[in-house]
Amino acid sequence: MAEKIDPIHQFQLVKIGQPLFHIGGTEVVLTQSSLYMIGAVALITIVMLMGTAGRSLVPGRLQSLVEVMYEFVASTVRSSAGHDGMKFFPLVFSLFMFVLVLNLAGMMPYGFTVTSHIIITAALAVLVILTVIIYGFMKHGLRFLGLFAPSGMHPVMLVILVPIEVISFISRPISLSVRLFANMLAGHIALKIFAGFVVTLLGAGLWGIISPLPLALAVALTALEFLVAVLQAYVFATLTSIYLHDALHPGH
Amino acid sequence: MAQTTTASTEHPAEAHGNFPPFDSHSFGNQLLWLALAFGALYVLMSKVALPRVAAILEERHNRVADDLAQAAKLKSETDAAIEAYEKALADAKAKAQAIAGETRDKLAAETDARRRALEADLHVKLAEAERQIVDGKTKAMGNVRGIAVDTALAIVERLVGKTPSADEVDAAVGRALPASQVQ
Repeated sequence: MAEKIDPIHQFQLVKIGQPLFHIGGTEVVLTQSSLYMIGAVALITIVMLMGTAGRSLVPGRLQSLVEVMYEFVASTVRSSAGHDGMKFFPLVFSLFMFVLVLNLAGMMPYGFTVTSHIIITAALAVLVILTVIIYGFMKHGLRFLGLFAPSGMHPVMLVILVPIEVISFISRPISLSVRLFANMLAGHIALKIFAGFVVTLLGAGLWGIISPLPLALAVALTALEFLVAVLQAYVFATLTSIYLHDALHPGH
Repeated sequence: MAQTTTASTEHPAEAHGNFPPFDSHSFGNQLLWLALAFGALYVLMSKVALPRVAAILEERHNRVADDLAQAAKLKSETDAAIEAYEKALADAKAKAQAIAGETRDKLAAETDARRRALEADLHVKLAEAERQIVDGKTKAMGNVRGIAVDTALAIVERLVGKTPSADEVDAAVGRALPASQVQ
């Protein structure tokens, strides 16, 4: 019984087949996580290509979906990173779609949530912050460091402000990755626990009478989790755009 | 089912009740698959999918802009046509008014001339009639003198029994009648 409602079990990686090969000490093996990622990439690509296959002036349903996604992410990038931020549009779009599809895939019954593993969200956040740093130095050279020193400040103030700015910059990838990971993880654990209550109560004789309570909560949480799944993808894309804005315009 | 068996076989080897998301043994493998999947997605999106969507949106944008431009052109043409029509209408109205005014003036002038001719004619006739009246009056006054002379002659003859000479009577009548009445 206790094994059945273990809320952590759903995050266990499952190996599929034998290890393909080894790189150093790491064995490379197909897991359900990698299958979900490959599936997400395939799904996004198929929808994007099928939606644009008609190239019709008046879009059909699939083309409308693709165009809405495009315009949505494009407007997010434009408003947060500015017009010159559109050179990062493919990156933000890929991140948004990848996170969105993986978040939503985790909402399937028996589904696995790839974004509930911090290594995935951390890798994506590091990718974003590396893009900011590398592009910032490439475009502005050492002036990019002006990001940490607000202009027009008294030198004494800078002594206090620069460390604060540096810490806030460093905390960006951490908050970016932990926010997504924690939301996904906590939501799925909560869902599992409440669903487990239903099962436990039903199996506990008279207590079964109050089992609809956690069921109602589980239903409400499911709706909330759908919202969180979409919202977190949007938040990830928006924050990415805001950070990229710093790479483009490091001055305060 | 395979799930539980692999999970349980995995269990003793790697994690001792470890929290899976923090199990660093799986990080390398996950990172590799993430890099493959996300890299593929990025390439597919940036090289294939997004340019296609952008082309479609661009084409539509251009088409809409073209259509709007054409609509604006047609509208300006319509405006020009309306303006030309209104100008023609105003011209026609002005011309009609001019013709009407001209005709009215011509007719008035004609009537005036005819009236004047008639008046002149009437004046002539009036003058002639007046002259005739004056003539008639003069003639009548002449007759009055003759009658006065004859009457005076007869009266004197009856009273006196003697016939005066005609010249004497005539002179007497001439004295008696005021000059104006003779005239």
